[in-house]
Amino acid sequence: MALMVVKFDLKKRVKLAQFLWLMYWFSVMAGVLVFSMGLFFKIELRKRSEMMDNNESHFVPNLLIAVGLLACGINAMGGKICYDSLDPIKFSRWKPMLKPFLVSCVAFNCLLVLTALLCFLMRIPLQFTLAEGLKNALKFYKDTDTPGRCYMKRTLDQMQMEFRCCGNNNFRDWFEIQWVSNRYLDFSAKEVKDRIGSNVDGKYLMDAVPFSCCNPSSPRPCIQYQVTNNTAHYSYDHHTEDLNIWKRGCRDALISYYGGMMNTIGALVLLVASLEVIVMIGLQYVNTSQSNLADPESESEGWILEKTVKETFTDIMDKMKAMSKGNAVEEGGVDGVATVS
Amino acid sequence: MALLKLQFPLQRRVRLAQGLWLLSWLAVLAGAFTFSLGVYLKTELLRRAEVMDNTEIHVVPNILMLVGLVTMGINLFAGRVCQDSLDSARFPPWKPFLLPWYGLAWMVCVWLLSAVVLSYALQGHLEESLKVGLRNGIRFYRDTDVPGRCFQKETIDRLQMELRCCGNTNYRDWFEVQWISNRYLDFTSKEVKDRVRSNVDGRYLMDGVPFSCCNPGSPRPCLQNHLTDNTAHYNYEHQSEELNLYNRGCRQALVDYYMGLMNTIGPGILSVISLQMSVLVSLRYLQTSLDGVDPENPEADSEGYILAKGVKETMMDVKNIMFKLLQFGQVEAGDEAEAGADGEKAATSS
Repeated sequence: MALMVVKFDLKKRVKLAQFLWLMYWFSVMAGVLVFSMGLFFKIELRKRSEMMDNNESHFVPNLLIAVGLLACGINAMGGKICYDSLDPIKFSRWKPMLKPFLVSCVAFNCLLVLTALLCFLMRIPLQFTLAEGLKNALKFYKDTDTPGRCYMKRTLDQMQMEFRCCGNNNFRDWFEIQWVSNRYLDFSAKEVKDRIGSNVDGKYLMDAVPFSCCNPSSPRPCIQYQVTNNTAHYSYDHHTEDLNIWKRGCRDALISYYGGMMNTIGALVLLVASLEVIVMIGLQYVNTSQSNLADPESESEGWILEKTVKETFTDIMDKMKAMSKGNAVEEGGVDGVATVS
Repeated sequence: MALLKLQFPLQRRVRLAQGLWLLSWLAVLAGAFTFSLGVYLKTELLRRAEVMDNTEIHVVPNILMLVGLVTMGINLFAGRVCQDSLDSARFPPWKPFLLPWYGLAWMVCVWLLSAVVLSYALQGHLEESLKVGLRNGIRFYRDTDVPGRCFQKETIDRLQMELRCCGNTNYRDWFEVQWISNRYLDFTSKEVKDRVRSNVDGRYLMDGVPFSCCNPGSPRPCLQNHLTDNTAHYNYEHQSEELNLYNRGCRQALVDYYMGLMNTIGPGILSVISLQMSVLVSLRYLQTSLDGVDPENPEADSEGYILAKGVKETMMDVKNIMFKLLQFGQVEAGDEAEAGADGEKAATSS
């Protein structure tokens, strides 16, 4: 019993072919969209690669780009097939290729679903990469005279201003590292000597943050230095003050930014996958309805699978067993011949 | 002698009509483009409306939006006319509308040109408006508790960070204004009392700037306070320090930004003007060539021109028509006066 049989007269076949041709063109544009989203994602990752310690995996955006190009190719070919399907001469040229083409469409759809899944899951490795990368970035903030790291300060400042965040987990990360270069510290001053002397590693640590942590929405001018010292500033209580500097850590900010992007891209890839399934089913109908034609104007039947799902599955298993047995018999025959002679 | 006469055989007329139809649709798109340019410019001006004192400069985007809509309308009309032009039955009803159409198209080109000219001419006004607006913004920076001015601090901070500028003319503008609110000054401390007393108006002035003036590209952490005091910071000389704060003033930054926008929009508008002029000239040729067609022999050649007589003669004709219209009014009044005088004469003589 064939799966989902539908009767097709000439008019219906023509309409199906036209509709499917249009849908294939939408799918080509969807493929272009996936490609451009992959490219956009790759560029965004590259922009912040310094925060990820130049170690981030570009597997997902590369996969998106490849899948987008593949989608364009497959859908353009499908569109051509539909265009030719109403001309029996042209269609007969395509016929032998249709079954492998449909099988490859199924494989491509599985690839699309896998890509969407990877998009959703990429958040996890990104979290680890960012944690490591930001920790190092904060350490190199003061190294504006070291080649290769001299732009870290500017990059970090601009990132904190753009994403409205401060430090790795929160602003206290700045208290644990020396972010003022020794070039700008007066080692003859008592204050500097005391502070360095009181630190085990000889680092100049202070409870201060860079200016890029400042929140412009604060009603009072920004308090950057002696942030945890309530007596240092008039009418100031650092426990209740939450508008002065950004409270969020940059790791959270970047994760939510990239996470949002990846969720959108994943959802879109799933939509494209469902579109691909629809056009694939349509093509199967075109294939089967055109294949059983007595003459070009008669009615015909179209179906998705020739037998039911179970029977098709058992058929495939049998074929695979037959193929593997065939190899075994050949080998056995060769051995038999060798022993006999 | 007709101006720029051309011969138009049937084939050429047909091609002219088809070309004009395409051109008029391009001109409709150009009108939409002009409208969207006007909308974009207006949005950009409105974004920074808080640091502008007046809205004189808004006349440029307003003209662009209005003229964009008018351009779309007249070019849709032109497209319709040339669609009907090759059918000798459908073309005559359009003929009386063509002369006002030329006038309107000409006005559109003049308005667009004036918009471009105004965008450069009003630069001085824009600068004045920004000067006053920024001065007020800096003055009210500290009034974060006064309704109506409480967002001034955030506006100025974001402006300075986005446009990479500091102060009105430069960073020294912040030295002349008290930008820390009295709410955050400890009036019991000696330092604050000294500083306030040493100022004539009792203001707390200092050689410091807000954090938004800081340049992220500086190799050293930002120095905001005691900027003119070289001894206050290690290895610091304020005369040679260039990267610490933004050097540009916000007025200059904003003027540069808007002039850059106008310079980009300018060539676009000029191309719209040339497109409209070409539609105008082509429609004139189409009209005159169709007028010259012999009704008994529709497939014969005809002549097309821009003006029936030379430019001078056309101007004389227009003048004469205007005089006649004026005289017509005068003569009527004169006749009545004469009739009145005759009547009186008759009354006195009789």
